[in-house]
Amino acid sequence: MKTPKGLKYAKTDEWVKVDGDKATIGISDFAQDQLSDVVYVELLVDEGDEVGKGDTVATVESVKAAADVNFPVSGTITAINEELADTPEVLNSDPYGTGWMIKMSLDDPSELDDLMDADAYEAYNEEREG
Amino acid sequence: MIEKTIYELSQPGRKGVAFPNPDVPIIELPPTFERETLNLPELSELDVIRHFTNLSKLNYSIDGGFYPLGSCTMKYNPKINEETARLPGLAHTHPLQPIVSVQGNLYLMYQLQEWLQEISGFHRVCLTSAAGAQGELVGALIIKKYHQLNNDPKRVKILIPDSAHGTNPATSSMSGFDVIPLSSDERGNVDLEALKAECDDTLAGLMLTNPNTLGLFDENVEEVIRLVHEAGGLVYGDGANLNALLGVVRPGDLGFDIMHFNLHKTFATPHGGGGPGSGPVGASEALAEYLPSPIVIIIEEGDEETPPFFGFYNPEKSIGRMKAFYGHFGIHIRAYTYIAMHGPKGLRDIAEKAVLNANYLMTKVKENYVLPYDRTCMHEFVVEGAWEDVPDVHALDISKRLMDYGFHPPTNYFPLIVHEALMIEPTETESKQTLDAFATAMKAIAREAREDPELLHNAPYNTPIRRCDEVKAARDLVLCCWIPD
Amino acid sequence: MFTPHTPQEIEEMLKVIGVESIEDLFEKVPVKHRFPELDLPEGLSEMEVSSELQEISSANASVNDFISFLGAGAYNHYIPAAVDTILRRGEFYTAYTPYQPEISQGTLQALFEFQSLMTELTGMDVSNASHYDGATAAAEAANMAYHFFRGKRKKVLLSRSLNPQYRETIRTYMLGLEDVQVTGDEEAIGVSTDLANLMAQIDYDTVLVLVQYPDFFGRVIDYTKLIETAHALGALVAFVFNPTALGLLKPPGEFGADIAVGDGQPLGIPLSFGGPYLGIFTTKKKYVRKLAGRLVGETVDVEGQRAYVLTLTAREQHIRREKSTSNICTNQGLMALAATVYLSLLGKNGFKQVANLCYQKAHYASQEISKLEGYELAFPDTPFFHEFVVKTPKPVNAINLHLQNHWILGGYDLSQNYPELKNQMLVAVTEKITKHDIDDFVAALEEVAHD
Repeated sequence: MKTPKGLKYAKTDEWVKVDGDKATIGISDFAQDQLSDVVYVELLVDEGDEVGKGDTVATVESVKAAADVNFPVSGTITAINEELADTPEVLNSDPYGTGWMIKMSLDDPSELDDLMDADAYEAYNEEREG
Repeated sequence: MIEKTIYELSQPGRKGVAFPNPDVPIIELPPTFERETLNLPELSELDVIRHFTNLSKLNYSIDGGFYPLGSCTMKYNPKINEETARLPGLAHTHPLQPIVSVQGNLYLMYQLQEWLQEISGFHRVCLTSAAGAQGELVGALIIKKYHQLNNDPKRVKILIPDSAHGTNPATSSMSGFDVIPLSSDERGNVDLEALKAECDDTLAGLMLTNPNTLGLFDENVEEVIRLVHEAGGLVYGDGANLNALLGVVRPGDLGFDIMHFNLHKTFATPHGGGGPGSGPVGASEALAEYLPSPIVIIIEEGDEETPPFFGFYNPEKSIGRMKAFYGHFGIHIRAYTYIAMHGPKGLRDIAEKAVLNANYLMTKVKENYVLPYDRTCMHEFVVEGAWEDVPDVHALDISKRLMDYGFHPPTNYFPLIVHEALMIEPTETESKQTLDAFATAMKAIAREAREDPELLHNAPYNTPIRRCDEVKAARDLVLCCWIPD
Repeated sequence: MFTPHTPQEIEEMLKVIGVESIEDLFEKVPVKHRFPELDLPEGLSEMEVSSELQEISSANASVNDFISFLGAGAYNHYIPAAVDTILRRGEFYTAYTPYQPEISQGTLQALFEFQSLMTELTGMDVSNASHYDGATAAAEAANMAYHFFRGKRKKVLLSRSLNPQYRETIRTYMLGLEDVQVTGDEEAIGVSTDLANLMAQIDYDTVLVLVQYPDFFGRVIDYTKLIETAHALGALVAFVFNPTALGLLKPPGEFGADIAVGDGQPLGIPLSFGGPYLGIFTTKKKYVRKLAGRLVGETVDVEGQRAYVLTLTAREQHIRREKSTSNICTNQGLMALAATVYLSLLGKNGFKQVANLCYQKAHYASQEISKLEGYELAFPDTPFFHEFVVKTPKPVNAINLHLQNHWILGGYDLSQNYPELKNQMLVAVTEKITKHDIDDFVAALEEVAHD
C-alpha cells in the first residue's frame, strides 16, 4: 500500500497535496483498493465553486460499491480533472498522480492541522486492517 | 456467442406477422411528421419462435430447479393461475369500461382486499401499488402526510434496522426523511436500548421487517412497536417475509400501522424474470383514509337476489395515485386464485411447512457452515460463506460453485450485518429430497474449499456461460445492439 | 395444496431439528395472537376454483363483446398468438431476476434486445430494462431531472394535454422532494395547440418540461419551439410517447428530447383491466448514470464468450441504499419480453402496417363523424394519429349508454378530467376495427342525436 510522504491524509481516505495556499485532492491507495475496479467518477463541483470542509467532492462507483469523496478542507475550486470521466481507472492505477480530482485555493490553512501525515495514516491503516 | 441477437438474425425483406390492407380510403400523412427510417429486425415467425425458445433454454427457473433465495420466496407458481389470469372475460377488459360492465373484476378485487385484510389484520387494503418497493413508498408517504396533517413537521427521522433490505432506506430518502440505522443485538433482535435512544419527538416512524432478514422473529416485537407508538411514531411493516406468518400471526394484531404485501413472493404470482410484481398495502383504521386511490368498495349492498354493486373510492386524505389505473389486475387474479384454493387451513400449512423446511435445512447446513444466530429460525436463515481456515474463499465462490451442482445460489452479501452472508429460504413447496440434495452439495463445496480452492474461484464450469467481466460491462457501457454515435 | 411432505417425512424432519411438533417452532410468536382463526372461505380444489373464476369472468363484458372505441392510455391491439406461446414458457415466467448471469442469459439477452428496440423506436441513445408503467416512468423522469440539477432548480412543468393520471402520479412522487413545484397544467392554461402559455412558464428554475406525443387528445404537435426555449434556459424536456405512433411518426430523439418515456401496453400486452403494463424509459447517453431502474449491458465471460449482465448496479437501492435517487427494485420483466417478441414478430414491415392501419381507420372515422349533424371535430386543423376528440350534441355518458345497447363501447368522456371540455368524447381507432364497425358506430351516433 503506497502512502507518499509529504502529503496530508484524512480519516476518510482523501489525500491533500499542499503548495503554499493551494491544494490538490484525491483518494488514497487504501481507498482505491477497498473499492476495487472503479468504473465511474462523478465530480460534483465546478471551477469557481466555494466549498466547505465535509462537502461532497465526487461519487466514485465500482462494480459492487459506490462511495462519496469529501473535502477535508475548505476553499475555492480552481481546476477539476476532466479526464476522470473517460478514464476512471486511473484512480486505481495512479491515485496520487493522474488520479487527482480537484485543485483549489485554501480558505483556512489551519484546517490542515486536523489531518494526518504519512506515518500516522499508515499506522491508522494497519489498525483498520488488523 | 451462444445465440445471435434478433438484429443479427434479421434478413432484409423477410416478413413476419402481416396485416390486411386498409379497408378504408387511404390518405397521405403530413410529410413533416413522417418518420424516415425504422430499423426494426425482419424475421419470420419461425425465426422468432426458435430464437426465444433457444434463449429460454439458457435460463434457470423454478419449473427447472430449486432457488434457495432468501427474502425472495421462490415457491412453485401454480399453473391454474396462468389459466384463470387468461380468461378472456377478465383479461380483455379495458380499464375505462363503464363499471357496470366489469362487476366481475371489481368483485374479485374487493374480495382480494377483504382476504388480505383478514390474513394480515389490517383494516383496509389498497391494491394499486405495482411492486413491494412501490408499496414501501406508499407507506413512507402515508407516514409523512399523517405527521403533516397532525401539525408535527419536525418528525423527520425514520429508523431502519441495519439488517433491512436496501429498498427501505432508499424509499425513506426518496420520501424526504432522514434515515437513522438501528443496530441489532447479539440475538438478532432490534436493539431496544438503541431504539429507546431515538424515541423522541423527531421520530416519524420505524420500518420493521418481521421476521427480519436473518429469518428471526423479533423476541421483543410488541415492545418495539409500543415504544415507537409511545414516542408518537408509526410502525411500517415490510411484508416480504409474510410467508412465515400466514395463519400464524397477523401483523395488524401485533400493532403494525401499515404494511405492504409482495404478491409475487407470499402469494406465488410468478417472478417473470424480474417482474411484474404487485405490492398492495394494508393500513390500520387510523390510516385507512391515507391509502392511495382508488380502492374498490361496495356502492350498493345486495340482497338474496341481487349481488352487491361495486365501484371505486378515493380515500379522503389519500396520498394520491401511484400509477395509471388500478394496479396489476392480472396479478390480482392469480393471487385471488391462490388464496381461494388454500383457504385458512391451506394458508397455515404454507407457513408451517416453510418454517419446517427452513429449520430442517438450517440444522443440516450448520454442520459445515458458520451460523451466526443459532436459534430457531422462521422461513429463512443466514450462514457465513467463509471459513477462518480458508480466508481466500468467499460467499461469491461458493455461490458460483453451487451452479455446477444444479442449484441457483442463495442470496449473497445480504443482510449486511453478516460477514459474507448466504441467505437461504427453501419455501414450503420443496421436498425433503431436494433439501437433502442441497445440503449434500453445500457439504461437498465446504470440502472442496479446503482441498481445491482454485476450483471454487473459477467456478462455474457447467453453465451456458462462465463468470463474466462485470468491470468491462460497466466501463465499456454497451446497452444495445449497436453503439450510438 | 402444493406442499409435498408426507407424514413420515415430517416426523423425520422434526427429529433432525430436535423438536416435538411444528407448533414448537413458533414459540417466539406472542401467545395471545398466535394461530388466529382466519375468517376466509374453505380452500377449493383446482376444479372448483376454475369454475369460480369462470363465473366471475362471465359477470363481465369485455372488448370482445363490444366494438370498442376506448383508448385514453390503454389500447385494444391485436396480439399475435406466438407472443403468449413464448410468455408461457416456464423458463421465462418462473425465472428470477437475472442477478446470476451464468444461468440467466435467456432473460438477459431478451432484455438487451428490448433495450435495443426501444432506443431504435424512440431515436434516443439508451433505454433501461423497463419501469412499472408509463405514469411511473414519467414520474421517474421528473425525479431524474430533479437530481440532475442537484436540487438547485425546483419547478416541474406539465402540459395540460398530458394524460391526467400521469400528472397525478408525478405529483405523488414529487411529494418526497423538498419544495418541488409541479405546475403548468392549470385549467386556465387551456388545451390549445400553440403551447405559448406553457412555454411562457419555462425559466431558470425549471427542471423538466413534460409533453405528450401524440398528446392525450390524440394530437400530433410540433414541439420544436418548446424544446428550443427549454434548452436555451437550461431545462430538460421529456416526451411521453405512444409506441404504435412511432411506427409512423418522427421519433422524440429527432426533435431533441432529453428523455422519452411511455407505456408499452400496445406492444403485445393484453388490456387486463389496467395492468400489468410496461413503462419505457429512454434518454441520451449523457444521462445514463442518472437512470433509475435495471440496465443490461454486454460483456464477455472468462472464455471470451459474449455475455449479458445487469450493469451499473452501484446506482441501485441495494448498494446506494439511502443515497440512491430511486427505490425501484423490479422491472416489468415478462412484459418487456412480450414487447420484444411482438416487435420481432411484426418487424419493420408489420409494425409500420399496424401504425398505418390505425392512422387510416381513425381518419376515416373522424371524417364520417364530422359529416353528422350535431357532431363536430374539436381540433379539425391539428394532425392526429389514432385518437381524436369529437364535440357531441348531448353529454358523452348519455351517448355511450345508447351505444352500449348496440354493443358499442364509445370513446372516453373527457369531462371527467377536463371540466372545460363538456360534451367532448375521445375516440380511439385501432387496426382491429373494420370499416363496417366504423359505419355502425357512425349510424348509432346519428341515431342518438335524434332521440
